[in-house]
Amino acid sequence: MIGFELSEDQKQLRHLAHEFAKDEIRKKAAHYDETGDWPSDVLGKAFELGLVNAHIPTEYGGLGLGALDGAIIEEELGWGCTGIATAITANSLAQIPVIVAGSDEQKRKWLAPFASEHHICAYAVTEPSAGSDVAAIQTIAVKKGDKYVLNGQKMWITGAGHASWYFVLAKTDKDAGHKGMSAFIVPKNIPGVTIGKKERNMGQCASDTRGITFEDVEIPVENLLGKEGDGFVIAMKAFDHTRPLVAAAAVGLARAAMEHAISYAKERKTFGKPLWHHEGISFMIADMASDVEASRLLVWKSASLLDQKKKNTLVAAYAKRFAADSAMRIATDAVQVFGGNGFNREYPVEKLMRDAKIFQIYEGTSQIQRVIIARELFAG
Amino acid sequence: MKILVTVKRVTDYEARLKIKPSGEGIETDGVNMIANPFDEIAVEEALRLVEKHGGEVCVVSVGATEAATQIRSALAMGADRGVLVLHDQPLDCSGISLLLEQVALQEKPDIILMGKQAVDDDSHQVAEMLAERLGFGQATQANKISIEGNLATVAREADGGIETLGVQLPCVITTDLRLNTPRYASLPGIMKAKKKPIDEKKAADFGLDLTPKVRMTHFEFPPKKQAGQIVPDVTTLLAKLRTEAKVL
Repeated sequence: MIGFELSEDQKQLRHLAHEFAKDEIRKKAAHYDETGDWPSDVLGKAFELGLVNAHIPTEYGGLGLGALDGAIIEEELGWGCTGIATAITANSLAQIPVIVAGSDEQKRKWLAPFASEHHICAYAVTEPSAGSDVAAIQTIAVKKGDKYVLNGQKMWITGAGHASWYFVLAKTDKDAGHKGMSAFIVPKNIPGVTIGKKERNMGQCASDTRGITFEDVEIPVENLLGKEGDGFVIAMKAFDHTRPLVAAAAVGLARAAMEHAISYAKERKTFGKPLWHHEGISFMIADMASDVEASRLLVWKSASLLDQKKKNTLVAAYAKRFAADSAMRIATDAVQVFGGNGFNREYPVEKLMRDAKIFQIYEGTSQIQRVIIARELFAG
Repeated sequence: MKILVTVKRVTDYEARLKIKPSGEGIETDGVNMIANPFDEIAVEEALRLVEKHGGEVCVVSVGATEAATQIRSALAMGADRGVLVLHDQPLDCSGISLLLEQVALQEKPDIILMGKQAVDDDSHQVAEMLAERLGFGQATQANKISIEGNLATVAREADGGIETLGVQLPCVITTDLRLNTPRYASLPGIMKAKKKPIDEKKAADFGLDLTPKVRMTHFEFPPKKQAGQIVPDVTTLLAKLRTEAKVL
């Protein structure tokens, strides 16, 4: 894809996602940001149009879209509203471990239902005292006969309140560090699963984030993904797929902030001329444009490596770090371009600034991405 | 019921257009191209009619190979198949209607649904010419269409209000803005569209004289609108209307 030219199909996907973001997501974005309600009407429409679960392989009822296709769609959804986009895309995060590590039977059971009905699933790895340091999780699964008994707590789980099942990472061997972790599919409606309250976050308010408590939850052994001890590797492999997606949503947000800044800088006059005639403003916007473009190219590269079945961990870390940090700075600068109006909720950019922050935190913080990059640079 | 829908590839109405240095046309290099929005309304209406009455929707476009993209979008919305009449030389409305006549003679549709006009040149003539050539009845600018047996009842937007016409099938109907809101082409629709057939024909093979009778000689932008003036009172206003605008 060195030509950087999208295929006709990809242009159509982008067109659909863009129209949907413009006509459906943006119209509701301010409402759901304000109320924090779950955007079920928008999600339902996205599902009908096939914008949800499109990456599920065709043999399990999905459309089998590639990573680059997904990233193209995600940028547009993120351009609409990253809160709603996260609510739409959180499914992928939980499904991808099943796609990369599940058996045929597990895929049939846990992925296929998404084709016919709009379900939610959620990725539950983070805990109250273990985020970036995944190996520090304390949730424990003990094998008893043909069951595992699960105990522990998860935190900041996106979509937790609406999910029908969770991808859960737990320790099966306390003393084996990250090699002692295993991955499970845990249905919501079984005894011992308690869902916490919806957390009130700074941004991406439409997305549903909660804690989950597992108390003597019995899960059948067939819900183990891969083998005991595979959990960490499965979770990390999933990141290779999800980081390009999350970075793409950040590109969408950054692009939206830039577009708002451009139109405001044309309209608003100071000292007798439009804002953009002042170099202080136009240079800020020129930087936004170059960073949006550079972020997008990193996203496309990290996704197209995946499509070519090549290892993309390093480039995905570049993409996630650069797109997240750029989105934060671009949204902050957009508020600056708007001046006092930018600080006000009647104008669109303060929401973008609140929404942008989480990109530097979830799916691996910007610091963790640097750890991955540096480790690679100094390896061997 | 078989419905033939025409789709024209046009410049995006949101694009900022430039006139070619020669002045003889619009620069289309690098400009986003879309399906004529009135044609999308026609596709939507055809799909609804076929959903109700059964049948087939065939989409036809006349143009260069790139016009296949616009046919593909209509197929992604749900149309069954496409016909692309390849022609990359200038054509006027008369020439296009001659080519569409040939397609209609081959396809034998019950209804030909067309946008009332294309948003690029706004000619508003092809449908009317085509109906005449085929000897079909026509109802233009529809904002409501219903079919019963062999009769199409079409409510159309006229200057004084809504005029209702009855037209015998086969006929040509053109669509107005308020007829419907076109559906999105869903992702599964886009995937399915890849497998739907597009039959390519060469305009030259029809052996028609397509020499344009109308030639575009010169394009220019409308003059820039002057800023308005605020006058202190009615007397000044009347004076200005008399002496400057000379409309009183």
